[in-house]
Amino acid sequence: METGQSITLAALSSHLLVGLSRAMILFIVTSGLSFVLGVLRVPNVAHGSLYMIGAFAAFSISTALGGGAWGFWLALILAPCVVALVSLIAERSLFCHLYEREHLMLLLFTFALMLILGDLTKMIWGADYRSIMAPPLLQGSVSIFDSPFPKYNLFLIIVGPIVAIGLWLFTSKTKIGKIARAAAVDREMVGAIGINVSWVFAFAFVLGCFLAGLGGALVSPTISVTLGMDHDIIIEAFLIVTIGGLGNMWGAMAGSLIFGITQSFGVLFWPQFAIVFPYAAVVIVLTLKPTGMLKSVW
Amino acid sequence: MFQDMLRQKSFGASAAIFMALLIAPLIIPKFYTYILAVIFVTALLAMSLNMVVGHGGLFQFHHAAFYGVGAYTAGLILVKTSWPWWIGFIAGPIGAAVTGLVIGLFCIRLNKLYFGMLQISLGSLIWAIAFRWYRLTGGDDGIHGIPMPEFISGLKSSYYFVLILVAVCLILMYLILKSPFGTTLQAIRDNPERCAAVGINVRRHQLMGIVVATFFAGVAGVLFITVEGSIFPDLLFWVLSLEVFIMCLLGGWFTFGGPILGAAMIVSLRTFVGTYTEYWTLILGVILILLIFFLPDGIMGYNYLAKLRRRSKRRSASRAE
Repeated sequence: METGQSITLAALSSHLLVGLSRAMILFIVTSGLSFVLGVLRVPNVAHGSLYMIGAFAAFSISTALGGGAWGFWLALILAPCVVALVSLIAERSLFCHLYEREHLMLLLFTFALMLILGDLTKMIWGADYRSIMAPPLLQGSVSIFDSPFPKYNLFLIIVGPIVAIGLWLFTSKTKIGKIARAAAVDREMVGAIGINVSWVFAFAFVLGCFLAGLGGALVSPTISVTLGMDHDIIIEAFLIVTIGGLGNMWGAMAGSLIFGITQSFGVLFWPQFAIVFPYAAVVIVLTLKPTGMLKSVW
Repeated sequence: MFQDMLRQKSFGASAAIFMALLIAPLIIPKFYTYILAVIFVTALLAMSLNMVVGHGGLFQFHHAAFYGVGAYTAGLILVKTSWPWWIGFIAGPIGAAVTGLVIGLFCIRLNKLYFGMLQISLGSLIWAIAFRWYRLTGGDDGIHGIPMPEFISGLKSSYYFVLILVAVCLILMYLILKSPFGTTLQAIRDNPERCAAVGINVRRHQLMGIVVATFFAGVAGVLFITVEGSIFPDLLFWVLSLEVFIMCLLGGWFTFGGPILGAAMIVSLRTFVGTYTEYWTLILGVILILLIFFLPDGIMGYNYLAKLRRRSKRRSASRAE
């Protein structure tokens, strides 16, 4: 094992911060997956594709608006809405007719959706690499322990907890959030008291996909946007949901933190096989606790 | 058990198809011979998946990982060592079965969806290693032009080698599924609680099923390099796993031969559609949606269900008389 650089306090802290910002992106995407999983009980395989579409849409919107600061902020708001609209169309036209069927069919449907959305993305945006500039406010870096750290990553570290708190307030304090949680536990009972379960599911699905789009829009200035980013994220999101506890939002947070931080320390210690570290962490967690760290909702 | 198999109505048809396939390469062009060989390999892969999915009721979502492990093990032994070829050919399936056992040990403690998601994740780790370990596996390019032993180096000879091995594997699978072990596996699929209550070790049977299925997936992987002479990380990619899943669905879950039909249809479609358009996955997605909505039991499953329905109708009619 050869180390890429001498390990100093500065290197450790900057890798910790990079890991944290990566964890926040993972959390935003995974919380959406976890929410859909909790309410509909379907692992949405197309979640990664929606994340990719979010990133591409953010690119198109910000370029169409001239690429300035306004373009970026508007893209950050509009791109997730585009993704939500796509998912709403898919849900209302096809997916909602399958709720009575067995779960495997629902899962295979999301897989079909992934295949179709992947190729549609290729048709619309092509196979080129795209990149987006962060707005001037978030460009450049600040100095932490004498090592420069990008401002945009700090912004991500702030946004993550805001989304978490917002989602928590939404699911535990608002009426529709409470209904969604109730539908996760006992859908027949929710139907029996006169609530349209199909619309609750549609709402949950669209909200989950919105979060995927938000994650894609937020990540777009830090990476090059291209085809294939859907496959990477969905595997990671699956792993995080599994170690966190299915459908548990705080579990998704804990899993994302473990995953992001082990990955970035992996880059520090053994760059070529950095990917092995989060997997090792996952294996350890699952050996100790096969059903994930926190209680799953079902 | 052999006599049982010989007495089956479809046995005659299978034998006739086998004979036709023996003669086929003498008549049809080279390209179609190659496509047929690819279909055999894919059919074996789909059949091995169906052992655990259709007959075992497990959510085996990342079956291609074991296929790839079989191919990579055999391929790397052929390329990197000077050992005789048969060691590689035996090591491939065994490597796949051992991987199946290790991953199975982790996954088997979890139920349905958890099982599938964890398997996708752990299988992807193998993919990532094959993808990144450039010095050993050639990374995303893979290794091409793997040297084959003399007697299967030509297209025709490899065709016959694949055909005969696949036929042997299919007979073995049939016998396994009809054996007490196979019927127990199907019983567990239908009612795990009752099986556990009468003293069957559910987990151990399922794990054995996974090991057997992954072994056959490894055989398919070895046969893949006999046909293609190359290995690359796409063999281990989870999208391939789901594609094989579609083959089982298309042919029919709960039938023995369904996955063969499904594999033949998907491979030929991919070959012929692929020459017209680059958007093959889009078409695959549309096919899958149509299947889910209109033919959830698959083509052969549809036949089978219709037969059951007719039989029960006849029975109720005779009871009425």
